Amino acid sequence: MAKRGADAALAAIIPLPVDSSGNGRTAESSLGRHTCLYDLAVALGARMVDFGGWDMPVAYGSQIEEHHAVRSAAGVFDVSHMCVLDLIGAATRALLSRLLANDVARLQVPGSALYSCMLNEQAGVIDDLIVYYLAADHYRLVLNAGARDKDLAWIDGHAAPLDVRQLVRRDLAMLAVQGPLARQRTATLLSSQAASAAMALQPFHGAQIGDWFIARTGYTGEDGFEIMLPAGDAAALWHGLNAAGVRSCGLGARDTLRLEAGMNLYGSDMDETTNPLECGLAWTVAFEPARRSFIGRAPLEAIRARGSEHKRVGLVLNERAVLRSHQRVIVAGVGEGAVTSGTFSPTLSRAIGLARVPSATGSEVQVEVRSRLLPALTVRPPFVRHGRPVIQLPGEETSS
Amino acid sequence: MSEIPPDLKYTRSHEWLKTLPDGMVEIGISDHAQQTLGDLVFVELPEPGRNLAAGEACAVVESVKAASDIYAPIAATVVAVNAQLAETPELINQDPYGRGWIMRLRPSTPAADSGLLSARDYQLLAAQG
Repeated sequence: MAKRGADAALAAIIPLPVDSSGNGRTAESSLGRHTCLYDLAVALGARMVDFGGWDMPVAYGSQIEEHHAVRSAAGVFDVSHMCVLDLIGAATRALLSRLLANDVARLQVPGSALYSCMLNEQAGVIDDLIVYYLAADHYRLVLNAGARDKDLAWIDGHAAPLDVRQLVRRDLAMLAVQGPLARQRTATLLSSQAASAAMALQPFHGAQIGDWFIARTGYTGEDGFEIMLPAGDAAALWHGLNAAGVRSCGLGARDTLRLEAGMNLYGSDMDETTNPLECGLAWTVAFEPARRSFIGRAPLEAIRARGSEHKRVGLVLNERAVLRSHQRVIVAGVGEGAVTSGTFSPTLSRAIGLARVPSATGSEVQVEVRSRLLPALTVRPPFVRHGRPVIQLPGEETSS
Repeated sequence: MSEIPPDLKYTRSHEWLKTLPDGMVEIGISDHAQQTLGDLVFVELPEPGRNLAAGEACAVVESVKAASDIYAPIAATVVAVNAQLAETPELINQDPYGRGWIMRLRPSTPAADSGLLSARDYQLLAAQG
């Protein structure tokens, strides 16, 4: 019986195996750090998994139902494991102009936000982050939990000589409230004055509203807020959101949502061995003005001049199988690549993924899924935006 | 916490077995297993009539998280599979010991259930995981 094998026996999955990517490690552990919402998550029945050294809720019930709740209404995620770093001092803008591949000069109005990679000298991605411009001498970075320690060391190495103060905001919790109804349901919990200020926020802008910093940002492809607030306020806000019809969601749904939205996950879709031009993030690199000397600029310019060997593509599978990271991608006549993130897309009801492939890759590839070679189509991410598919699916004549 | 019906037998690989009145054996995966796997999205089933050796991989359940083999707990012939799982694999999540059954087997030898776990023993195993 040449039965093709699965990834593992159930016995090997229970307890869950350690993901060899080192990202979103899923071994169940009680040694990880806890956010201020840990006890609440456990009380709500969440399954906890290790995520970058933190015990985090992967799902409160059905991960797929949580995903749909965010696409159709609203969900709330605890993302307090992410590192909030305030940089304070007159030289902060100059520091960030050097540290970030995107240009902080694009931040003209206090409250505005910018997505950027932070590169090493070889143009490898140390981390991807959001920077908020709070005041002329005050910026706020939100860093990935798994990259926190090396980020802080890297930033400190460049900030210390410039007299820029670095303040890790361990006092803050962060909740992401996401979905088409997220903003209005959040607003019902605010004073009328705070609600007006929050509802007036433009996309990718935030504001300090009382003790809370509320930003219209997210990682799901939906509208919504990310709220940084004193840790002591977080549980009450969570309960209030639940009562207002916002569903508790775990990091499992967050991953399927961000993947449908075509957003990279640090450590899976990029790391220090990849540069932004080959992982779909060329749009975040500000080569202009030419005089801005950011770290990684010279090697990036060389890569841009000769052309990148690899590119990032989206993959859609029509077979009943699931794409997973590290699966081999075979491009006939061109070469090979690999799936960097894969999942079952609840919105599209089929497998989708992101892959790193040779730059000459066309629209059709094969993916090795459990010893079978399955045909897959390459597409330009995102797959889903604001609740709707935005790619043409195999077997469908038209798509909205 | 997961449900472990006392009248079933279990395996170390998290399948359950129920002996039916006609001597057939129904197989599924435990509540603990489905909770740990998370939402199931695909199930691959064997062809009825296939002969299985004890311990042979004979089906695959795939969740949002991972794909897992299902093993034949005993030497047997496949007599039926739960065809509903093709379209609604979530039946395993919703009702792992009922509508989420996976296949029915005719044992090759009578009472060949040595090595199977009682509910109590399986409870101890599940508690470690």
